[in-house]
Amino acid sequence: MTRVGKWVADHLVLGLGLLVLLYLLTPIFVVVLMSFNDPASRISYSFDGFTLDNWRNPCAPNGICESVVLSVQIGLLATLFATLLGTLMAFALVRHRFRGRGAANVLTFLPMASPEIVMGSSLLALFVSAGFAGALGFWTILVAHILFCLSFVVVTVKARLAGLDPRLEQAAMDLYANEVQTFRKVTFPLVFPGIMAAALLSFSLSFDDFIITNLNAGQEVTFPMYVWGAAQRGIPPQINVIGTAMFVLALALVLAGELRARSSARTRSR
Amino acid sequence: MSIAQAAKAVQVSPEAKRRGRTGYLLLTLPVLWLFVFFVIPLVSLISTSLFDPAGSLETGYAMTGHVQNYFTVLADYREHILRSFAYAGAATIACMVLGYPLAYAIAFKAGRWKNLMLVAVIAPFFTSFLIRTLSWQLLLGDHAWFAEGLRVLHLLGPDGHLLATPFAVVTGLTYNFLPFMVLPLYASLEKVDPRLMEAGADLYASPFTTFRKVTLPLSMPGLVAGTLLTFIPAAGDYINAELLGNPRTQMIGNVIQNLFEGGSYPEAAALSVTLMAVIVVMVLAYIRRAGTEELL
Repeated sequence: MTRVGKWVADHLVLGLGLLVLLYLLTPIFVVVLMSFNDPASRISYSFDGFTLDNWRNPCAPNGICESVVLSVQIGLLATLFATLLGTLMAFALVRHRFRGRGAANVLTFLPMASPEIVMGSSLLALFVSAGFAGALGFWTILVAHILFCLSFVVVTVKARLAGLDPRLEQAAMDLYANEVQTFRKVTFPLVFPGIMAAALLSFSLSFDDFIITNLNAGQEVTFPMYVWGAAQRGIPPQINVIGTAMFVLALALVLAGELRARSSARTRSR
Repeated sequence: MSIAQAAKAVQVSPEAKRRGRTGYLLLTLPVLWLFVFFVIPLVSLISTSLFDPAGSLETGYAMTGHVQNYFTVLADYREHILRSFAYAGAATIACMVLGYPLAYAIAFKAGRWKNLMLVAVIAPFFTSFLIRTLSWQLLLGDHAWFAEGLRVLHLLGPDGHLLATPFAVVTGLTYNFLPFMVLPLYASLEKVDPRLMEAGADLYASPFTTFRKVTLPLSMPGLVAGTLLTFIPAAGDYINAELLGNPRTQMIGNVIQNLFEGGSYPEAAALSVTLMAVIVVMVLAYIRRAGTEELL
C-alpha cells in the first residue's frame, strides 16, 4: 500500500465520524444564524438580512417569555422532586437486598421503554377518569414531568453508586465512623456528581418535553408548546434567539464543569 | 476461592448486611409515584380503550367492554401503523450506519479530542429539539443549497422536493435519535481492549474479519441498547412527520394525537395500547435474538 493509501485507511473512520458530527451540528448553526435574521415576511424560509433587533427584544412576540418562565418553573420543580425520589430509589436498588427488587427494577425501566405518546395518553386517561379533565394545567404537567424524569435519575445515580469502591465505606467504618457519618462524609460526596448529572438531565428533559406535556397541559403553554404553535403560523426569529441562548448557557455549564474536574484532578495528582 | 470470587464477596458483603426494612422504606415514595402515575394510568388507558365510543367527555363514556374499538382502529389506521414501523425501522438502520463509525472514531481514533467529540454528540440536547427540527425545514427547503446541489447533479428532478417527503421525515427521525445510538455504542466500544484487535491482526485476520469476529460481537450490548433507544421513541413520534412530512406521511403518533384532540378517547386509547403492545412484543423478540437478556 502506498503511504497516501495507508494514511487514508488510517483516517477513514475518523473522517466519516467527523462528517456524521457535521450532520448533528448543522441544525444548531442554522438556529444561531437565524437568530440574527431580519425576515422579509412572517413565513420567510431564508436568511433575508442581518439584524440585532431580535436579541435586543427577545420578548417581543406575545407570550414567548411567559412560556419560557413557565418551562423554567416546571423544570426546576420537576428536577427537585425527580432527583429526590430517584436518588432514594437508586440507593434502595443498589445497596439493599429484598424481595421484589427485580420487580422494582422493571418498574423503573418500563417508563423509559414506553413511547411518549403512550405515556402521555395514559396519564390523560387517568386524569380524565379521575375527574380532572377540567383541571389540566400546571400540576398535571408537573406530575407528568416528575414521572418521566424519575427513571433517568434512577439509572444515572445507580450507575454512579455501582461504580463506587465499597472498601472506602468499610475504611470509614473501620475508623469508627458511624453509619450517618460514613454516609455524610464518604458516600454522599462520592455519589454527588452522579446526582448532579441526573439533575441536569432531568432539567433538560423537562424543559424540552413536548408530546407528553401537550396532552396534559390544558390551557397552559410551555416553551416547546409555544414553538409548536408558532410553527403553524410562522416562526418569529426570537425563538431562535432563545434556542441559541439555551445552547450557549448549557455549553458554558458543561465546559465549566469539565474544566473544574480537570483542575481538581491536577491538584490531586500533585 | 478465585480472585474474582473474592472480589465479588468483598463487594457483596456491605450490601448483604443491610437487608429488608430500610430498602422498603427508601422505595415507598418512588414506587408509589410510579404505581399511581404509570401503572394505574396504563390500566386506565386499557379500560378507556374498551369504552363505548358513542359517549363524549361531557356526557361520559359507558364501560361496555367494546373490543370492537381495536378492530375499528386496526382497519382504519392500518397504513399509519405500518408506516410508523417502516419509518422507525429505516431511521434506526440509518442511525446504526451513521452512528457506528462515529462511536468507533471517538473510542479508538479521537485521541485527545475524545472529550470534545463527546460534547459535540450531546450538544444537540443543549437546545430545544422542536427548534432543531424546524431548522431542517430550512435545510431541506426547495431553495436550500442541498436541494439545489442535488438538482445540479440530476439526482433530484426540476420539480422534485426534499421537504414534505418520506425522505425528510426519516432524515429528521434519524437526526433526532442519533445521539441515543452513539452514546451506548461508544460506552460499549470504549470497554473493548484494543489488544484483542491487535491479537486478531497477529493471527492473520484482515481488518474486516477482525471487526466482524472481535469488535462487532463485543459491541453488541451497546448496539442493542442503541437500537431500542432509537426505535421505540421513533415509532411513537409525530413531530417529525408533522413538521417535515405531508398528510400522507402521517404516523401512528399523529393519529393518536388527533383522535385525542378530537375527543375520540376510546379509539385513541385503543390505538395507543396497540402501539405499546406491538413495541413490547418486538422488543422482547429482538432482545431474545440478540441474546442480551441481562440488559433488562
